[in-house]
Amino acid sequence: MSQHSTTYVPKSAFGQWFESRLPIAGLIHSSFIAFPVPRNLTYFWTFGAILAFMLVAQIVTGVFLAMYYTPNAGMAFQSVEHIMRDVQYGWLIRYLHANGASMFFVAVYIHIFRNFYYGSYKAPREVLYILGVIIFLLMMATAFMGYVLPWGQMSFWGATVITNLFSAIPLVGETIVSYLWGGYSVGNPTLNRFFSLHYLLPFMIAGVVALHIWALHVPGQNNPTGIPIKSGKDAVPFTPYATIKDIFAVVVFLIFFAYWVFYMPNYLGHADNYIPANPAVTPAHIVPEWYFLPFYAILRAIPDKLGGVIAMGAAIVIWCFMPWLDTSKVRSTAYRPLYKQFFWVFVGVCLVLGWLGSRPAEGWYVIASQICTVYYFAHFLIVLPVLGFVERPLPLPNSILESVMGVQKGGAGMPAGANAEPQSKG
Amino acid sequence: MAETTTHVAEPTRRDFLYIATGAAAAIGGATLVWPFVQSLAPDAATVAAGAPVEVDLAPIAEGQIVKVFWRGKLIFIRHRTPEEIKAAEDVNVASLRDPQPDSARVKDGKAQWLVVYGNCTHLGCVPLGQQGEYHGWFCPCHGSVFDTSGRVRGGPAPINLPIPPYAFASDTKVIIGQEATA
Repeated sequence: MSQHSTTYVPKSAFGQWFESRLPIAGLIHSSFIAFPVPRNLTYFWTFGAILAFMLVAQIVTGVFLAMYYTPNAGMAFQSVEHIMRDVQYGWLIRYLHANGASMFFVAVYIHIFRNFYYGSYKAPREVLYILGVIIFLLMMATAFMGYVLPWGQMSFWGATVITNLFSAIPLVGETIVSYLWGGYSVGNPTLNRFFSLHYLLPFMIAGVVALHIWALHVPGQNNPTGIPIKSGKDAVPFTPYATIKDIFAVVVFLIFFAYWVFYMPNYLGHADNYIPANPAVTPAHIVPEWYFLPFYAILRAIPDKLGGVIAMGAAIVIWCFMPWLDTSKVRSTAYRPLYKQFFWVFVGVCLVLGWLGSRPAEGWYVIASQICTVYYFAHFLIVLPVLGFVERPLPLPNSILESVMGVQKGGAGMPAGANAEPQSKG
Repeated sequence: MAETTTHVAEPTRRDFLYIATGAAAAIGGATLVWPFVQSLAPDAATVAAGAPVEVDLAPIAEGQIVKVFWRGKLIFIRHRTPEEIKAAEDVNVASLRDPQPDSARVKDGKAQWLVVYGNCTHLGCVPLGQQGEYHGWFCPCHGSVFDTSGRVRGGPAPINLPIPPYAFASDTKVIIGQEATA
């Protein structure tokens, strides 16, 4: 599918002059205009565009916040209040940025579970998928460090708890932690370096996103049937079909986003973070942001410090092995009756883990966390490998076209544009 | 690129120069990482601010826990009651997760004074004093329980609350950060 690009010819003389020196217009044409998109994509495939939009939105709002924010332990809290009270529209930019982080994770979780459901991680998209896991890890690091910057109670104690995770490493743990802190505890040097890295990491994410999109354009997009594009009739050109659909999805998502920003801007935060950091008092109940809760529950489920840290890390690293742990040849869960049930159980377990992460670590919450943690890993290590052997998948359609139009109807009543970019998949 | 026609089996002087240049570049590059990593360590001002601190014990009433800071770290100074000392001593040491007799955690003849770091050894939260099953400390974050000697008795904390270096300058004064021999 990489070979569709050669047809672009600029119309103007300047365009031809420029294209022979820097063929960027041809790259854009082949990647975002002529690029063949499966004709059966649902709105679950618009979250990539939504995520790209959110990354840009976070960078733009963040750059403006950085013009007023002071990364100093004595002044950070005041400078954030200054943004909220004195800077014109500072409240809006900060609420967009803070809630934007949550919206970013809403979109990325939908994107990830869409990938799990339709088997997008399977060959030939393993590298594309692993790049996505790397982006997710960078997002987590960025979001965590961003939450530390206002230097409220939850910032300070969240930073203390998370940096102390590294002290679980045998022998060198304590040294690593003091190098993370730049001192003997979380303090001003920690805040300074977190600000520096919080500004850097989004640009690293942008770089990996470019690789992610590049890797996507080699095999092309997966689709709800999981079967590849076999002829031009299975595809439509990216522009206008995907472009307009993505823009519409972004607009709908922005309405959802705006609801949080304008009606409940602090709902996803913690009241404790409006108390300046105090190293002598721990908030009654330290909770991370909602998007970390399932992993936090796994951390607390293991009654051993190093074991808990390893389990939490493994909960994400194990995603990288999914293309090989899943033994089924069928990509889309729509044709996997047994796996479909396990998939929804897994979604439920993740949601329950998230809820348990928000509860105090006591009584039956701990036991429930342990049961869910065991199931979480069993899903990857037992369910995925075994189901591929015991499950009898439903018959797959012969083509994407057939799945949309039904058998024996090929071509009749199709919009002319659907055939605009004839392809043959080799 | 032009085809090279040298198919020499024997290493030449040029091969040696290539390898030597590459090795110098690799070692030089690796060496340059060192100052950047080292710059992340606590700086001189932070280290200087970590000098020992004096604490007056006279105002600390029996049963009271006082919080002080040394090197930005919270330290509990607990004036233990006779019952708390007895509870700490009457423990089967072998049954503990981090076995340590109470006598090893206080200075000789000063069993009423317990000086421990005030951050939970699990993930650094501040445990609440006089709470939990053993009325020592209870960590509200992840449920670790400590006794009146600051030893872990339950929950995820792996070790006892550590003892900072400290010495008695007089009966009512301790210097935190100074070893007893100094």
